[in-house]
Amino acid sequence: MIAELGLAALWLAAALAALQLVAGALAQREGGAELAQLVRPAAIVQGLLAGFSFLMLLVLFAQTDLSVKLVAMNSHSEKPMLFKLSGAFGNHEGSMLLWITVMALAGALIAAVERRLPEKTMLATLAAQAFVGIGFYAFLLLSSNPFERLPVPAMEGMGLNPLLQDIGLVFHPPTLYIGYVGLSVAFSFAVGALLTRQVNPDFARAMRPWVLGAWIFLTLGITAGSYWAYYELGWGGWWFWDPVENASLMPWLAATALLHSASVLASRDALRAWTIMLGVVAFSMSMVGTFLVRSGILTSVHAFAVDPERGTFILGLLVLYIGGALLLFALRAGTVSEGERFSATSREGALVFNNVMLCAILGIVLVGTLYPLVTEAFDVRVSVGPPYFNPVGAIFVVPMLIVMAVGPLLRWRRDSLARIRLPLVIVGSVSFAALILVSLLTSIAILPLLGLVLALGLAIASFMPIRGRKLRLLPIATWGMMIAHFGIAVALFGMASETAFSEETLAAVEVGGSTEVGPWTVVLAEVRPTAGPNWTALEGRLMVSYDGGAATETDPQSRNFWAPAQETTESALTTRWNGQLYSVIGRQAGDGRWQLRLWWKPFVTFIWYGGMLIALGGVLALIGRVMADLKRRSIRARTASRRAEAAQ
Amino acid sequence: MTTGLKAKHQRLILIVIALVALVGAGLLAAYALRSQASYFYVPAQMVADPPTPGDAVRLGGMVQAGSLKTEADGVTFSFVVGDGEATVPVRFAGILPDLFIEGSGVVAEGRLDPGGTFVADNLLAKHDENYVPRELEEMTEQQAREVVAETSAGPQDPGA
Repeated sequence: MIAELGLAALWLAAALAALQLVAGALAQREGGAELAQLVRPAAIVQGLLAGFSFLMLLVLFAQTDLSVKLVAMNSHSEKPMLFKLSGAFGNHEGSMLLWITVMALAGALIAAVERRLPEKTMLATLAAQAFVGIGFYAFLLLSSNPFERLPVPAMEGMGLNPLLQDIGLVFHPPTLYIGYVGLSVAFSFAVGALLTRQVNPDFARAMRPWVLGAWIFLTLGITAGSYWAYYELGWGGWWFWDPVENASLMPWLAATALLHSASVLASRDALRAWTIMLGVVAFSMSMVGTFLVRSGILTSVHAFAVDPERGTFILGLLVLYIGGALLLFALRAGTVSEGERFSATSREGALVFNNVMLCAILGIVLVGTLYPLVTEAFDVRVSVGPPYFNPVGAIFVVPMLIVMAVGPLLRWRRDSLARIRLPLVIVGSVSFAALILVSLLTSIAILPLLGLVLALGLAIASFMPIRGRKLRLLPIATWGMMIAHFGIAVALFGMASETAFSEETLAAVEVGGSTEVGPWTVVLAEVRPTAGPNWTALEGRLMVSYDGGAATETDPQSRNFWAPAQETTESALTTRWNGQLYSVIGRQAGDGRWQLRLWWKPFVTFIWYGGMLIALGGVLALIGRVMADLKRRSIRARTASRRAEAAQ
Repeated sequence: MTTGLKAKHQRLILIVIALVALVGAGLLAAYALRSQASYFYVPAQMVADPPTPGDAVRLGGMVQAGSLKTEADGVTFSFVVGDGEATVPVRFAGILPDLFIEGSGVVAEGRLDPGGTFVADNLLAKHDENYVPRELEEMTEQQAREVVAETSAGPQDPGA
């Protein structure tokens, strides 16, 4: 019954999306006012229905209803409740349902609260949102029905991949999806504005909070995903340039560029067509990512099922939406009038430069991600990894970081470097001194060296906008910008430090024996069996001491899951303020010794602290923007009522 | 009127700059990919047409039954990867992946040393039914029979 309710709600939501599209489109014409009344309620109810449908799926998983195929394939009655629930989106159908739910809810939210845009643009936006939604409803209902029943209920479920049975998976997909799919709003805004040719600062102000919201979730999702890969996969790395990681990075790069160009449009009425273009590109990257991950064209822990039919379906949607939007852009961009001018040395100039850099980096990641797929068509198998991405990306990242340090100090429209000579000299000389010092004292490679120096320079520069201003009067959004930029510096420092200073030990150690890694002494005290709700494990009890200090315990495990049967290594982390000790226990060698793999990773945690700071900066900017907006709205309402009084 | 013209002018400059940067990025990417992409080899290819020693490549095949040996340090392993036609000796220092078993498929990332041994930095083994390194999918189909024959025949001479 619950499965049928969920399915019915999904069909109804799809029908409402169709209504929303038709009504929104017809309302563009003269005399469409009555139809226009339908659009917002349709969007809201559609969102509620999709949400209800997803809730039903959660209920099915919570009850472990084994008559439903998806539950039987992906769940197990003995799984902890939290992982039963997260199992609902740890598979192809469930994750696509989550996708469309987020999309419908985002549409409902703009329908409910967005009142700044001209009504026609708003209707076109909602119609565009519905148009994209319909494709994904069709995909779900026709080829990936999550509520399909089994002819005969299963006796027991097949369980969930143990790699996915982790607290990280409970939050990672929803966070990432809100970010990913939240960008559909930017796409719909862009299409709506193109249709009605209303591209102006008001449009940018209306779009900005939505992009900011999606971007915050995307940032958090990427940060959490990176940390998950770091501790769960047991390889000690935090970024693998895996196509799936790239699929989340590409929309982030585009959304970051969009955020900054929307800022220029909102404050200075420049970069009109460019902002629209980025709005289209950002969500296109989300869809490309979904295609890569969901089509089965890649094999990874994210590709749940290999099914060419589904891949073709998503590819069709991709071509339709991205191609359609780009075509619309090509037809209409010429009619969007030019914005205000600015000189090269100005805040706009710096933002444009970094926008171009971000797009170049996006291009490099996209090419590197798609290249293996292209060569495979010619039967040549390659994989593209760090030797490509790191140096080629750095060519564009380095100038971007330099301009990022300087840009916020510049004034809008026209400025000179001479005016900001003092901060430039401070940041430049500190960075230069650091460059000399680090290269004399250590012998690290060029990229991490540049990373450390740029991180320091950017960290100082990011708070330079405070100079000469009263702290109390600084807008919240400016604080947000500074903290986000500082977060980039912090994350960069962590990455460079981890790359430059990590130490690794691989040793076979008998029980009672010890080994060393960096400043740590590690004693293997014992190896003991232990068990969890659906696994048994061998657990190494390691006594570790930093630089001769007091010993603390850390317990890496080698786990055996029984549903499905699979072994995983569970790394153990010992965190200090200045880094992490990462330990993994392997198998027992023939002579009774145990394999230990240990890494000392100085300041590696800064990578994820940085990610969180970037997201925090986004949250502050969002609060600042929304508050300013509410203020503006109440002033407008007050003047309107005063005018009305005067007229009486 | 003049301002309109200038605004148009500026837009043109911006478009040109963006295009130059993007085309530059594309060319750079194409150039770097030719030298930095790591190619995938099966043992037969690696024996017939070996990659330049030191280039990062990947080697995929079946771990030959009975070939796995642990060296005295307890953490360095050597084994032989074959595809039914040829075999390549592999050395790997590290913790073997969870589902690394003789007779099952593996993809090794690393480089060929001048002596003809493949030195692996990383091994990708089958994680479970849903997570098989891409190259291994076809491999298991192609060679399922051979593997069954090999494993059911019990330990064999690794060179065979």
